[in-house]
Amino acid sequence: MSATTDTQHLIQAVTGNQAVAMAMKQIDPDVVAAYPITPQTDVVQEFAEYVAAGSVKANFVTVESEHSAMSACIGSASAGARTMTATSSAGFALMWEMLYIAASMRCPIVMTTVNRALSGPINIHCDHSDSMGGRDSGWVQIYNEDAQEAYDATIMGFPIAEHADVRLPVMNMYDGFIISGAIGPLQALTDDEVKAFIGDAPTYPNLLNTDEPMTFGPFDGLHGFYFEHKIAQQRAMDRALNVIQGVYDRFAAVTGRQYNHLMTYCMEDADIAMVVANSAAGNARIVADQLRAEGVKAGVIKLRTFRPFPTAEYAKALANVKAVGVMDRADSFGGVGGPLYMELLSALYQYDIRAKTANFIYGLGGRDIFPQDVETGFRLLQAAAEGADLPKSRVYLNMKGA
Amino acid sequence: MSSSLTEIRWHGRGGQGAVTAAKMVAEIAAEHGKCFQAFPEYGPERSGAPIVAFTRLSDDPIQCYSAVEHPAIVLVLDETLLSVVDVTDGAPADAAVIVNTEKSPSEIKKVFDFGKRRVYTIPATKIAKQTLGRAIPNTPMVSALSKITGQFSLGEIEDHLRHTFGKKFPPKVVEANVEAAHMGFEEVQE
Amino acid sequence: MTWDIKDIQKWSPEEHELGAVIPEAGNATLYKTGGWRSERPVRDEEKCTQCLFCYFYCPDTAVLVEDGKVVAFDYDHCKGCGVCATECPVDAITMHPETEFEGGC
Repeated sequence: MSATTDTQHLIQAVTGNQAVAMAMKQIDPDVVAAYPITPQTDVVQEFAEYVAAGSVKANFVTVESEHSAMSACIGSASAGARTMTATSSAGFALMWEMLYIAASMRCPIVMTTVNRALSGPINIHCDHSDSMGGRDSGWVQIYNEDAQEAYDATIMGFPIAEHADVRLPVMNMYDGFIISGAIGPLQALTDDEVKAFIGDAPTYPNLLNTDEPMTFGPFDGLHGFYFEHKIAQQRAMDRALNVIQGVYDRFAAVTGRQYNHLMTYCMEDADIAMVVANSAAGNARIVADQLRAEGVKAGVIKLRTFRPFPTAEYAKALANVKAVGVMDRADSFGGVGGPLYMELLSALYQYDIRAKTANFIYGLGGRDIFPQDVETGFRLLQAAAEGADLPKSRVYLNMKGA
Repeated sequence: MSSSLTEIRWHGRGGQGAVTAAKMVAEIAAEHGKCFQAFPEYGPERSGAPIVAFTRLSDDPIQCYSAVEHPAIVLVLDETLLSVVDVTDGAPADAAVIVNTEKSPSEIKKVFDFGKRRVYTIPATKIAKQTLGRAIPNTPMVSALSKITGQFSLGEIEDHLRHTFGKKFPPKVVEANVEAAHMGFEEVQE
Repeated sequence: MTWDIKDIQKWSPEEHELGAVIPEAGNATLYKTGGWRSERPVRDEEKCTQCLFCYFYCPDTAVLVEDGKVVAFDYDHCKGCGVCATECPVDAITMHPETEFEGGC
């Protein structure tokens, strides 16, 4: 679809949060249970306005906390209702217990997580500590660069979550303030296109079906089958890789926007590569272009699907690279490095790829990241590709007092 | 696995004190420089429900924390469990089963199949009622274990009751327990 | 639906219901808790006034009532807690060691 001539798909100027609220309106789920928190607030607020105006049929459940929001979502999804929510930071942390339960009860909930730092010191700005901390909760995690990607991911949420091979909750991330509050271009689908794309919700065991009463969330102790249920969750994650790519491809057929687990940029012949998630990816591409102009073979991999982690695809993309930098907007204190770095090192080791690696921690608590900061990282990789060693400890980008 | 290793399984009911009995054996072992381990099979606490606890005794450090699969000694604190639980499960043919009952080994062997395993009986609850005035069969069961395994002596049980146990309880209770231990030691029958 | 769990101990992860759902209603009765009991309640028909206190107090619905009258105890599920004996206002229910009964020991 061409943006300038296609009157059905005109480019609109909206914030990231508005884009997601619009997608939720078009999906018109059965239930939204959510609690407002900066910087997610407008998602919930705008959706509540749609409810108040009668432009959606969704049942909007106002709750007193995020723990309750996720609890309500679990109940609602277990009753067979299409269920969505949104959160951020401390709200995400308050959902923690219920995140695991949503995944283990195989509730196909779709949630927006607007990435924000966890306190303290108290901070409302962007980093990925919230969702990265929840990476082992059993949710599919998709990271998004801008409002368009966040909107598209929201539309793609249910086809992934509800797929018979998956049946897992899906969370979509984008950067708090940087994307959530910034006004950017959005090319939306029509309501009919959205309805056709997501289709009707499949039926599965339903808590409220009194004709076939069942028990949900039972105790399963020492001699039970908890272990087998966990294995089943992991196997669903394994299958999700193909399902997600299938949904990406189907979405491309409708919109022309092709997503992949990894969004590669100039990687075909790259000697050095930077792996990065969300809004900082653009800066990485800008610097890669500058380096290419100098004759340095630089490339960028933007993280998109993080859970399940596309291990083999990273191995393939990085097979011939001499030095890889991983940019983490969260840290795993006391760990080998940030969460993305650890994941990537494991993937490379598993596939016998021994590229030099470095971990760049950046942007914590909303600290801005400029192209020159990314260049600092790229220059280290460039030197490493020419024989220098890379630091084993974390390299901090745009740190004060450096 | 050390050749000196003795693995013991306790069968009781929630609230009956199988874990306390297993702990008492562990404490006696500790007092005499033996290596030991005592733990219940964890689960929801349900008064009256059949429960299992384990004790390991050894001259060498115990490194295995798995459930005891093949106990050399099985102690049954409540004879009503015999119709509910297979207390001989996994116990080898030369294992010993010690049952708290007023019946004789030959009487209970007529009702339940213990295979070739040695069966001992001890009226531990009756002894406890006589000496302590309460139906807590732990102490006589522990002294029966001492007699059958030889892992620790009646004198060592007595020392434990007078010293460790004696720190928490008044002399009257301690002496009643010492008496219960002696009676238990005497009244075990094969 | 009826849920056939005869071989559940051998099921692979895929054979279990997604999300550990139990697709059969009311199957808690299949879990016999009578084995937890070391004492069983016995009711004296002569003393019993049919006040139904035992029925209301029993935490396991193990006091069986027909046509408004207590008829028996459900010994498959009675855990022997003794609340019925404690609450009986005319002492018509007494607790007896399981060893006194056939199949006890």
